Amino acid sequence: MESLNLFVKSIFVDNMIFAYFLGMCSFLAVSKNVKTSAGLGIAVIFVLGITLPINYLLNKYLLTPGALAWVSPSLADVDLSFLSFIIFIAVIASFVQLVEMIVEKFSPSLYSSLGIFLPLIAVNCAILGASLFMQQRAFPTLGQATVYGLGSGVGWFLAIVSIAAIREKITYSNVPKPLQGLGITFIVAGLMAIAFMSFMGIEL
Amino acid sequence: MDKNIFKTPIIKGNPITVLVLGICSALAVTVKLEPALVMAIAVTIVTGLSSFLVSLIRKTIPNRIRIIVQLVVVAMFVILVQQILKAYAYDVSKQLSVYVGLIITNCIIMGRIEAFGLSEKPLPSLVDGLANGLGYGLVLVIVAFFRELFGSGTLFGMQVIPQSFYDAGYMNNGLFIMPPMALILIGCLIWIQRSFTKEDTK
Repeated sequence: MESLNLFVKSIFVDNMIFAYFLGMCSFLAVSKNVKTSAGLGIAVIFVLGITLPINYLLNKYLLTPGALAWVSPSLADVDLSFLSFIIFIAVIASFVQLVEMIVEKFSPSLYSSLGIFLPLIAVNCAILGASLFMQQRAFPTLGQATVYGLGSGVGWFLAIVSIAAIREKITYSNVPKPLQGLGITFIVAGLMAIAFMSFMGIEL
Repeated sequence: MDKNIFKTPIIKGNPITVLVLGICSALAVTVKLEPALVMAIAVTIVTGLSSFLVSLIRKTIPNRIRIIVQLVVVAMFVILVQQILKAYAYDVSKQLSVYVGLIITNCIIMGRIEAFGLSEKPLPSLVDGLANGLGYGLVLVIVAFFRELFGSGTLFGMQVIPQSFYDAGYMNNGLFIMPPMALILIGCLIWIQRSFTKEDTK
């Protein structure tokens, strides 16, 4: 039940894009049509769902103050938390590269539809952001961290697909010229964020 | 050295309003002026120095793993910044929370390294990085100014709107503190800028 609550919360209330603005760059750059944005969204869910548990374990057994006590008691007062950025980003970047190679080898068709987005994901703030939030919130179990990762991914997916759908329609509207393209996208995203705020306080 | 390297990124090629890079942190840290200013300085320093360093070692980086190498360089500088912030400006570093770490994935930095640092000499790269950081900081400070002024009636934490206004029934606009307003403000900034430049950039 708690996991379900966390899942729903991370999709709607703590939505990566509308509550924390993470992954905004690709959100704006790759949302011109629904099909490609859905591809990117799926890739983000996938990468988040895998890197978050890895980073959770690394954080628990390597990075938090006193985490090295399982190696030997003499290391109990070692604090490696200042290394967390570099370790998290290294995990994410190397994982993304690995996934890219595996997908390229075993499923060329998926690679050609996702291919260009995969390297982009390494620098998607939503991925690193989720890991950092995970560290900050100190989830008690691996399962919860995974659920949080998947939930954030799904939230990101929903956001990018819905804004892509709106942008497809908005090309037929009469928008003032200087506002066309980027400007109106920002304002639409702002209005969507206001809509998402109505989910605040949901408990299951 | 070409002066345009420094001038272009500040307004004409502003990383946020024109190139749409580094939006994530721009929106999240602009509720108050102080964290926005600190963030702007931090990003400027990291962009400049990491561009410089990558440019120094550009001939030795194998193309296939360059993203990882760049990320490690950037992460190193970000850790330095984070430790310095923690030591000398603890309150602000608490307010910025994860967004300091997220400087690593700030697209401006990666974008400038990819587009400039990897192919140019170290010194122009340093200038280019610093200028882009300044352009980013400019937008950040403008947005934060409006959000803090209308959202809390203060600037740098000091009361600006006189108490008599409040007595007369003036109220702070709560929407300006909420995340969505940052998006709408940047949308308006882009609108203003584009109506002046008249360039068709889609």
